[in-house]
Amino acid sequence: MSVHDWEPVIGLEVHAQLLTRSKIFCSCSTAFGAPPNTQVCPVCLGLPGALPALNRGVVDMAIKAGKAFGCRIAERSVWARKNYFYPDLPKGFQISQYELPICKGGAVPVPQPDGGVRKVALTRIHLEEDAGKNVHGSTGSQVDLNRSGVPLVEIVGEPELRSAEEASEYLKALRLALIYLGINDGNLEEGSFRCDANVSVRRKGSEKLGTRVELKNINSFRFVRQAIEHEIERQVAAIERGEKVVQETRLFDNEKGETRPMRTKEEANDYRYFPEPDLPPLVVSPEWLGKVQVPKLPHERMAELVAAGLPATDARTLTADPKLVELHARIVEAAGPEAGRRAANVVTGEVARLVNEGGLDLSAPKFQPAQIAEVFRLQDKGTLSSTAAKDVLAEVLRTGKAPAQIVQEKGLAQVSDESALETVVDGVIARSPTEVEKYKAGKKNLLGFFVGQAMKELKGKGNPGVLNALFKKRLD
Amino acid sequence: MAIDRTTVRHVARLARLALTAEEEERTAAQLGHVLEYIERLEAVDVSGIEPLSFAGDASEAEAVMREDQVRPGLPRDKVLAEAPEQDGSAFVVPRILE
Amino acid sequence: MNSSLLPLGELARALERGEARPSAVLEECLSRTARLDGKVHAFLRLTEEQARAAAKAADDRRARKAPLSPIDGVPVGLKDLFCQEGVETTAGSRILKGYHPPYDATVVRKLREAGAVLVGKTNMDEFAMGSSTENSAYGPTRNPWDLERTPGGSSGGSAAAVAARFVPGTLGTDTGGSIRQPAALVGCVGMKPTYGRVSRYGVVAFASSLDQVGPFAQDVRGVALLLRTIAGRDPNDQTSSLRPVPDYDAELEKSVRGLTIGVPKEYFGEGLDPAVEKSVRAGIAALEREGCTVRPISLPNSPHAIATYYLVATAEASSNLARYDGIRYGYRAQAGGSLLELYEKTRAAGFGAEVKRRILLGTYALSAGYYDAYYLRAQKIRTLIRRDFDQAFAAGVDAVVSPTSPWAAFRLGEKVDDPLAMYLNDIYTVPVNLAGLPGISVPSGFTQAGLPIGMQLVGRPFEEGTLLRLARAAERALALPHRLPPLLERS
Ligand SMILES: [Mg+2]
Ligand SMILES: [Zn+2]
Repeated sequence: MSVHDWEPVIGLEVHAQLLTRSKIFCSCSTAFGAPPNTQVCPVCLGLPGALPALNRGVVDMAIKAGKAFGCRIAERSVWARKNYFYPDLPKGFQISQYELPICKGGAVPVPQPDGGVRKVALTRIHLEEDAGKNVHGSTGSQVDLNRSGVPLVEIVGEPELRSAEEASEYLKALRLALIYLGINDGNLEEGSFRCDANVSVRRKGSEKLGTRVELKNINSFRFVRQAIEHEIERQVAAIERGEKVVQETRLFDNEKGETRPMRTKEEANDYRYFPEPDLPPLVVSPEWLGKVQVPKLPHERMAELVAAGLPATDARTLTADPKLVELHARIVEAAGPEAGRRAANVVTGEVARLVNEGGLDLSAPKFQPAQIAEVFRLQDKGTLSSTAAKDVLAEVLRTGKAPAQIVQEKGLAQVSDESALETVVDGVIARSPTEVEKYKAGKKNLLGFFVGQAMKELKGKGNPGVLNALFKKRLD
Repeated sequence: MAIDRTTVRHVARLARLALTAEEEERTAAQLGHVLEYIERLEAVDVSGIEPLSFAGDASEAEAVMREDQVRPGLPRDKVLAEAPEQDGSAFVVPRILE
Repeated sequence: MNSSLLPLGELARALERGEARPSAVLEECLSRTARLDGKVHAFLRLTEEQARAAAKAADDRRARKAPLSPIDGVPVGLKDLFCQEGVETTAGSRILKGYHPPYDATVVRKLREAGAVLVGKTNMDEFAMGSSTENSAYGPTRNPWDLERTPGGSSGGSAAAVAARFVPGTLGTDTGGSIRQPAALVGCVGMKPTYGRVSRYGVVAFASSLDQVGPFAQDVRGVALLLRTIAGRDPNDQTSSLRPVPDYDAELEKSVRGLTIGVPKEYFGEGLDPAVEKSVRAGIAALEREGCTVRPISLPNSPHAIATYYLVATAEASSNLARYDGIRYGYRAQAGGSLLELYEKTRAAGFGAEVKRRILLGTYALSAGYYDAYYLRAQKIRTLIRRDFDQAFAAGVDAVVSPTSPWAAFRLGEKVDDPLAMYLNDIYTVPVNLAGLPGISVPSGFTQAGLPIGMQLVGRPFEEGTLLRLARAAERALALPHRLPPLLERS
């Protein structure tokens, strides 16, 4: 027997911090990175007498997610207390949702390499408060409560994933979707997007699920794959040794690349959930539900771009980064729909390159998308040669200067005005009697020679088309 | 309904209360006594009855929510002032094992 | 008669007419307290300096005829579970010994803004768990009418402080009767408003779905003035109601003619002291003379209230008291090594016996396998209890009348060793908390031995105005002889 005779069954639980300004139950800031215990108040410190006051913005964002993933959104859901003792949990309980979450059902669309979209079903989405942070030292642990009370959505997926690869695909798609919705920053390092995985294995073909193990503390996509793969192998090996898989919670160790059981054995964690008496039920009226706008998800934007005639590869590159796809949209807005492909080339080419080289920050760009459209227009008008257009574009992206001004300063404008060119043409003809003879005798390919001479005199800024026409007019 | 010392020990652990053997004994007896009294509720027919889980006026639930606005919290010296052990920036507890 | 002996309602008039000066009233109160509180132990601590400063400011406003409110300059005491910035607040517990909150409870802020003079923190059963104030970690409070007896509880200190005329008014909290029962046992007026009428922000929690803040005073008008001051919507407490607060004082003297009083048979059954019943019946008769219609009613589920209460209240308490872990504030036990040990030793040494008993019961009631049988079932019975009242009100009853407590003040130590016997103190008051309704206790007379007796009136949600009118009518009609506790007459 080998790993291939076994089928992994994987379900993921994601905790995503919501991008509200203030915490879920108090007015403290949610900004990341402040000095320890400087963004706290009686409520998030769990002081005697303090009470929670629900933040409307948090509910708005949960509704957005619910609508985007096609969940059933409850008109009345209920807050519940999850009771356990831990130093980063100031009240001794976490306010969460248990029996009646705000969202049930729905699915996360996961774009597939073949261009299709796989829907991974969700069990539920519920709201809850984050805990603080314990920093473990050698002698003692320090408790920082800045994060206590930061709003979270817990997104619980059905155990429909069958490999570490599928798991990380799902996570990437979910993360990107939340970023598109503007409700999460997708930052795994800062812990604003966290993942726990429930993993079990069963013999291929078998229907009944194996004992599941919960993996915690997975904080990068690489680790997700590593952790799950390692855990699958561990479980298979155990079973094949004739051992039983124990139902337990295991931590992923980034250094060793393996999982180990958590040492803190919560007494059969009996959380004693009960409805939070300090908060009214969470009521979302149909009116409110109707008012919440939901931005398009990546796979929807992708479909639109392909329909607009973009190659799938460009569409994929653009939608992979909400900033790129947004920039593309704004350029097309200014340059007109027919400029779609051209805009895509610029964004996936020049722009993407500059971003990767660190020469451009799209969260604070110096340029206006309309300026890129303007460069297109100058090129179409013939004011810019294709090579000159490239230079101007690069300059625009770097400096945000008006294209016209750049053309001015660099003197890149083509001379297309006939009256200006005629004198040069006449000069060339006057200076080259022999070539003129030969031409008239039939050596038509000398036209190139004349144009070349004129170009030399014009330092390459002459419009080649116009010059050709003028010479023909004079000599034929 | 009698309640044994093992149960008392388990519940005390959940509640993070250290009990002496003598306290366990007494608690088992007293809780048993109270639970006996409470048993009378088993006779009440509650079929089809909704629990009264929120004592306030639920019709105001949507109206009372707070707008998403940041207000300054407490200065850190005040935050830490009452802590039995702190290091000037954080609360300090015995080392936590994970 | 010196003005500090006046009931709050009359003192407010005297201050308005300029016949009394806040600082003078305060000094009388402080010296009486200094003289007698050694015997009563109503106060855990006084804040004389702040009080004198506040009274001084009130003197000027009163002199300028520019008072902040009708109670501007009135001395007020606070049960020791109201957070007051910078003032030690212990909730009667060892685990909060020396704790100085960094913020004010909303009701404390409102009292300040109304010009009330905050004189100190009153004694209470630890975390408001008790009916005799014997569960205070700082020693019991005694009943000014008989120092061998308890003032009831858990707001015993606030009740005794008013009865002993240490202050004209105090605030307490009522989770199962903790304002009304002690008010009855010391012979003053005490009200538990509708759940959600008064903000609980900054009030150390016992049982969140039952706790409600309310006032004590010698007269009904005093209670009306204090309630008006503290009631109303608070953005920091989303269980507080948006409904506007009426001017209770303006309604007070209106006739009660035509109002219907329901007398529930379940509240006059066995266990009720005959002397108490006699007095309450007299109170009902007085209301009848005032023009009320009296009608027998039945609240069949009220007898389940005590059992229901001890599941709901302890379950919520077990969770509310989890924050006392010796990490951010309060007492921390000297514990070797582990975190677990720190938690268990801190809480074992920090909490008293009754508090531990209730935490354990509540934890048990919520723990895996028992939730449905205990907590959930209790919350359903709560619905039934509330329904009984709703039906009575729907049938035209404006208020339900009963004894506040089955007996007058009992002796210290009489019930401490028998939790159940102690719990039965609240047999008539607990259903009101479970139903979230307003209730008031008003004196109806005295026992042979000269111990006060109280009558309870229970009204429709947010109809405190009607209850106060009825209580005032009883006060007027009964016209009880003006008596001071022997303690004061001797001195
Ligand atoms: Mg969670
Ligand atoms: Zn806060």
